[in-house]
Amino acid sequence: MVRFLLSRLLRAAVTIVLVVTFAFVVLRLSGDPAQIIMGADAPPEAVDAFRTAWGLDQPVWVQYFHYFGAIASGDLGRSMRDGREAIVLVAERIPATLALTVPALLIKLLLGIPAGIYAALHRNSAVDRALMVAAVAGFTVPSFVLGLLLVLVFAVQLGWLPSGGQESWRHAILPVATLGIGGAAVLARFTRSAMLEVLGQPYIRTASAKGLTWRAVVWSHALPNAAIPTVTIVGFMVGSLIAGAVVVESVFSWPGVGRLMVVAVANRDLAVVQCILLLVAATMVVANLTVDVLYGVLDPRLRTGIRRAGAG
Amino acid sequence: MPEAPLPRPALAAAAPPRRERALPPPLVLAGAVWLVLMLLVALLADAISPYAHTALDLRNRLSPPVFLGGSWLHPLGTDELGRDVLARLIYSIRTSLLIAFGATVIGAVLGTVLGFLAAHFRGAVEHAVLALVDFSASIPMLVFALAVLAFFGNSMVLFVCLLGLHAWERYARIARGLAIAASAQGYAFAVRQLGAGPWRVYLRHVLPNIASTLIVSMTLAFPEIILLESGLSFLGLGVQPPETSLGSMVGYGREYLTRAPWILLSPAVVIVLTTLSVSLLGDWLRDRLDPTLR
Repeated sequence: MVRFLLSRLLRAAVTIVLVVTFAFVVLRLSGDPAQIIMGADAPPEAVDAFRTAWGLDQPVWVQYFHYFGAIASGDLGRSMRDGREAIVLVAERIPATLALTVPALLIKLLLGIPAGIYAALHRNSAVDRALMVAAVAGFTVPSFVLGLLLVLVFAVQLGWLPSGGQESWRHAILPVATLGIGGAAVLARFTRSAMLEVLGQPYIRTASAKGLTWRAVVWSHALPNAAIPTVTIVGFMVGSLIAGAVVVESVFSWPGVGRLMVVAVANRDLAVVQCILLLVAATMVVANLTVDVLYGVLDPRLRTGIRRAGAG
Repeated sequence: MPEAPLPRPALAAAAPPRRERALPPPLVLAGAVWLVLMLLVALLADAISPYAHTALDLRNRLSPPVFLGGSWLHPLGTDELGRDVLARLIYSIRTSLLIAFGATVIGAVLGTVLGFLAAHFRGAVEHAVLALVDFSASIPMLVFALAVLAFFGNSMVLFVCLLGLHAWERYARIARGLAIAASAQGYAFAVRQLGAGPWRVYLRHVLPNIASTLIVSMTLAFPEIILLESGLSFLGLGVQPPETSLGSMVGYGREYLTRAPWILLSPAVVIVLTTLSVSLLGDWLRDRLDPTLR
């Protein structure tokens, strides 16, 4: 188990180093930041002063190590637009994003998992077919189309709910619904196929054959085993709590991290973009690591080194 | 050493039993018909479009579509500048399908090659590929694409390549796993013993054996790429004017949601029907061709 944990930690660390390196490389490849910020017709002295201030006049490898040091100490640069610290700008927006993504995650779990289990247990029934068509439709409708459709119906036609902004909890209903419906569809499909896979295993037949009631078979044999692959996708959803609402925030003018990112990309405010990139990657790596560890706890085969077929 | 040819009946007996040919379910058929239609629209865009997608008709600005009391002059209505929605829709279908098709192929080729490299060399190469897989799993594709667009600005070539990075890790994992499994089987070993180089073994012998799994993955990745492209274009960070794509049409139409919802509705319907059709077709193909993938 210790070996397993250590190897996962090492992988997470390598991934973080890769992400930071990636951010550094694209930042340097994207052209001379000094020219971009100061404009093409800025006086050369001003550009030089800018380079010195940002450490751009040193060799690349020195910049690279400084970059790691700066990130480790939480210094992610200043917004090139208003000079405020990028990390502060981003941190300010996190609560607004979580106010959308956490309720949406609950909706996904409470709708998607039971629907998937029900569909699997009643395979090929009318309800199963209807649920799966709804699920396919749910994730093939892009979030901006679903969001705008909800606005058209509930804000424009019926006038029940506001179409955008962040003044009250009522403003959150439509964006949360938009996020939740699409995610629930994905989760329902995934849970259903995980359940079907488990229900086809010989140990389920054994459990039924030894006289357990169907209810007991499902509760104590099928559900725990189907939970294992489902953990992966739930982990992914937890990991994308911060980055998962980029489009929806833009549709509803919700001032969260995603909206900040889109505006920063449009303005080429590189410090902010890079800060969000690192934050999102770090969240995802931690979520993936947690999933891996949970996998080890839930599925003893993984830590004893016997690989599940196809799990690699 | 030449061997006596096997008697014919033995060959016939060794052949797998023929699958019964059931027609696909009606929904899948409908999806296939829709996709053929979209393909024709994309191929014949220049011939069937009533106007150029940038042509202005300033006398008929924001005119509604026929079914809302408009005229046949502009069957799906016009936008704020009097541009014909039908013409823009036709060119958008072409742009979006072309981008999604190109990106899907790029992702499949890149992922498969990296997967084969990992399976062939093992050791350090394999670790490097797996580290890249971890890396791409750590950043959601939309955020990754936004970051690269912020750093490098936008161009069509960069945009397609960027979308091509979507799902490459899926092909890499499949290709690596199946290639490792295949090289343990007799046929790859036999060809190698006959003196075939690695290129020949992988492209002529392993690839055909795993192609069905890869094709199914492509049909699953294709709608995701359409959604990604339309999402980025909707945000105004994907396809840039004067070019137009389904997503950028929806993004533009959003400004006129209350006054002229038709600008946005027709591209939205096309996006949904197209991704839905490919998904249904992909699910059906997966059940038919590859019971191991789920």
